[in-house]
Amino acid sequence: MNARRISASADMDAGQVGTSARRVGGVERVSGRQKFVADIRLENMLHVKLVGVDCARARIISVDTTGAAGVDGVRAVITAADLPTPMPRFGPVYQDRPVLAVGETKFHGEPVAAVAAETQEAAEAAAALVRVEYAELPAVLSVAAAADPAAPLVQDPGLRPASHLAETNVLQEWQFGWGDVAAAASEHVVENTYRFPMVTHFAIEPHGFIAAPDGDGVRIWSSIQHPYALQSAIARVLALPLSKVRVFAPDPGGAFGGKQHAKFEPLLAFLALRTGRAVRLVLTLEETFQAGRRTAFEIRARTGFSADGVIEFQDIECDGLLGAYADIGARVVSKATYLACGPYRVPDARIRVRALLSHTPPATAFRGFGTPQVCWAIESQMDEAARRLGIDRLEIRLRNLARKGERVVRGDKPADGDWAQSVRRAAEWIGWGTPLPPGRGRGIAVGIKGSATTGASYAIARLHADASLTVLAGTSDMGQGARTVLAQIAAQELCLPLHRISVVMGDTATVPFDLQTSASRSTVFMGTAVQRACAEIRSKLAQLAEEAFSLAAGEATVQDGVVRLPTKDLTIAGLLDEVFGDVRGEVIGVGSLRGEKAAGHPLGGPPAFYEFNCTAVEVEVDRETGELAIARHITVGDVGKALNPAQVESQDEGAAIMGLGHTLMEHLIFDSRGRIQNLGALDYRIPTSKDVPLELRADVLENADGPGPFGSKGSGEGGLLVIAPAVAAAVTEACGVTIRDLPLTAERIWRALAEQR
Amino acid sequence: MSEPMPVSLTVNGTPVTVTVAPGRTLLDALRWQLDLTGSKECCAQGECGACTVLLDGRVVNSCLVLAVEADGREVITIEGLAVDGRLSAVQDAFLAAGAVQCGFCIPGMVMSAHYLLADNPRPTPSEIREALSGNLCRCGGYNRIVSAVLAAAEAGRA
Repeated sequence: MNARRISASADMDAGQVGTSARRVGGVERVSGRQKFVADIRLENMLHVKLVGVDCARARIISVDTTGAAGVDGVRAVITAADLPTPMPRFGPVYQDRPVLAVGETKFHGEPVAAVAAETQEAAEAAAALVRVEYAELPAVLSVAAAADPAAPLVQDPGLRPASHLAETNVLQEWQFGWGDVAAAASEHVVENTYRFPMVTHFAIEPHGFIAAPDGDGVRIWSSIQHPYALQSAIARVLALPLSKVRVFAPDPGGAFGGKQHAKFEPLLAFLALRTGRAVRLVLTLEETFQAGRRTAFEIRARTGFSADGVIEFQDIECDGLLGAYADIGARVVSKATYLACGPYRVPDARIRVRALLSHTPPATAFRGFGTPQVCWAIESQMDEAARRLGIDRLEIRLRNLARKGERVVRGDKPADGDWAQSVRRAAEWIGWGTPLPPGRGRGIAVGIKGSATTGASYAIARLHADASLTVLAGTSDMGQGARTVLAQIAAQELCLPLHRISVVMGDTATVPFDLQTSASRSTVFMGTAVQRACAEIRSKLAQLAEEAFSLAAGEATVQDGVVRLPTKDLTIAGLLDEVFGDVRGEVIGVGSLRGEKAAGHPLGGPPAFYEFNCTAVEVEVDRETGELAIARHITVGDVGKALNPAQVESQDEGAAIMGLGHTLMEHLIFDSRGRIQNLGALDYRIPTSKDVPLELRADVLENADGPGPFGSKGSGEGGLLVIAPAVAAAVTEACGVTIRDLPLTAERIWRALAEQR
Repeated sequence: MSEPMPVSLTVNGTPVTVTVAPGRTLLDALRWQLDLTGSKECCAQGECGACTVLLDGRVVNSCLVLAVEADGREVITIEGLAVDGRLSAVQDAFLAAGAVQCGFCIPGMVMSAHYLLADNPRPTPSEIREALSGNLCRCGGYNRIVSAVLAAAEAGRA
């Protein structure tokens, strides 16, 4: 006799939402079995090497490929002359980037030719024999140079004929704000200029690409965050339907924004079609540095305060220095500066912004998407005001912080969390206000990043006859653990143990459309799509049960993984066995979330949520050397609900450590010819295991007040948003010097100390 | 460039002979001749540690060792750590500590940790930081990695 009541399987607890389930794909990663793009071996694969010139900007006079073509094993040497005319161009917003440089190189590392050969050795040997005759031209390398009306134009004005800015190096400009800043007057005005330099992503996996002909289409493999954006870029340059471009996106080995958009995949696609062979290009770390970097910012901030530290106005001028091609750089600049007033109530605001082109590697997304740059200025202004007005630096923030429901941008989404809770948590842990030994200082800073605004995510969930599940999602798992969290959501929704769920990603011929993996959006957007796909499965199961047992609509339900009928319960597998029998079958659920555009919104739409962070540090400065050590460091994120607490915390810890990189040591240094001087791991330092804080804590607040599944918000960027201003303020307290240009190297601190003496 | 030559070595306990040009690295031979792609290439100049393997029991950056130098010697790669499909204590500790994010640095990191524990079974946190300082992790998993190595050391004593 069947027991009337059936409860869900006993081994459920392993994967439920809110537990720190082990990373899906973890075993493959610790055992060396995880296949990254560079590990893929296709039959008859050719190896590609790029050819550039030794400066940023040059007029290409001629390219002689004779010597290269004669090297044993070389199958193709291509230059701009071998590609269609006009040169196909691509880019996520502006289609301005050529497949190969045509006429003029625009940045150091931009290829003018490429060699495909049977072996890597032959490709390298042949690339060295390509003779490029060129005339070096003066390059625009800084904000000041780019903004100079007499400067050479980086971009051909013909590429944006409709723009009134076409005859300048300003790609785009914006003015945001509200109230009347011109009329605003304050007793105390703090006015400073802040600089945030170019830094590089330095994912440990360099960019890798493979392309192969595929019948009347192409297949592309790339360590890419947005496989569907890449599919669209390839389809465009090859004039193919989307259905003829299949993109495989193996999990990237770190991405951090640097792998969002197409780079050399279009070139490889042309090479694959030309040779009829699979072609492979894995960049060196040096070439990876040249392929993209963080947008540099120069910010002039004028902030008005009342005597008791209340912000009265913000007047901000911001220049974002893009590279030679737009990539997603203009969006970085506009999206970050739109929130330049931070998480505060500001009565009057004027934010004037330019995105400038230069002869440097393309500026692209980088974890935080411009927000760390903007926070560097705004939070440093708060510290300076506090010091000047004799107000505690924690107190001045709490006085101005928007409460839940208050607007941070007039007319836009209000504050969606109790942010002061995070601030108090950080302050308490760091021991704010307690005495410090000499040479030590503390800093605290807050920030918000606007999440994704618009965009669509689709998911398909396939419930198999044995009640195991395959989820198809276009998200990329680049280390953030999306695969694990999506599996946990499905596990929760259908009450299945995690080990019976597979999440398939990274193949545009298999998984449905997803706009992108960025802006901490996947848990909210794709997570909701997966949740809805599972809900559709539940309702289809109920319907199947009603049909099988001749019940009225609504008489069967699926709860806690059990099919409940008026007279008895069935397991899901039991029901499927009953209804499908020997004919077999499966139940398919489809879910989606579309963030539609909001007419008239300067960014296309309001953010789905704000990612709020408070960071507090205690530092020690060696007055003799200028060296800085982080003794204690806490980052607190307002995450709504941590679906996998260990993953959320490790993301925040990782962001914190990455942020220490741009705070303490990282910057790309250019010579006058536009060549990066610290190209590669020897000369460009990122934090090692010896650079991390002795005590680092990542805390989360969970008020289930986010728009995502189970009240979640996105996370993973918060930890680096405000680390730089927190550390800089701690340095000021420790030794009295105030630095407004990043990074805070020992040399800079030592020089400032020397000037102070 | 001189002609390729045969190199005989033992990899993960199995004797193998590969034919490589004298200029190619051990990392190349592992990845391209033996299809052992667990050892990764990032900086190719001995700074990042993604290609770390054990050569005659010593930890090396396989991008700085010529394949011909490995002739007659014994190499252990990340693929050689699990025994009969069972992960090593270090590998398991990495998973348990949540120390793995993107995973690209992890094979090298695990190899360095193995060497450390073979050399110093009871390391302090600062000795672990020192021992792993040649392995870069951009996901910033260092603290969890240090915890994992401590846990593996603890498990080794049990």
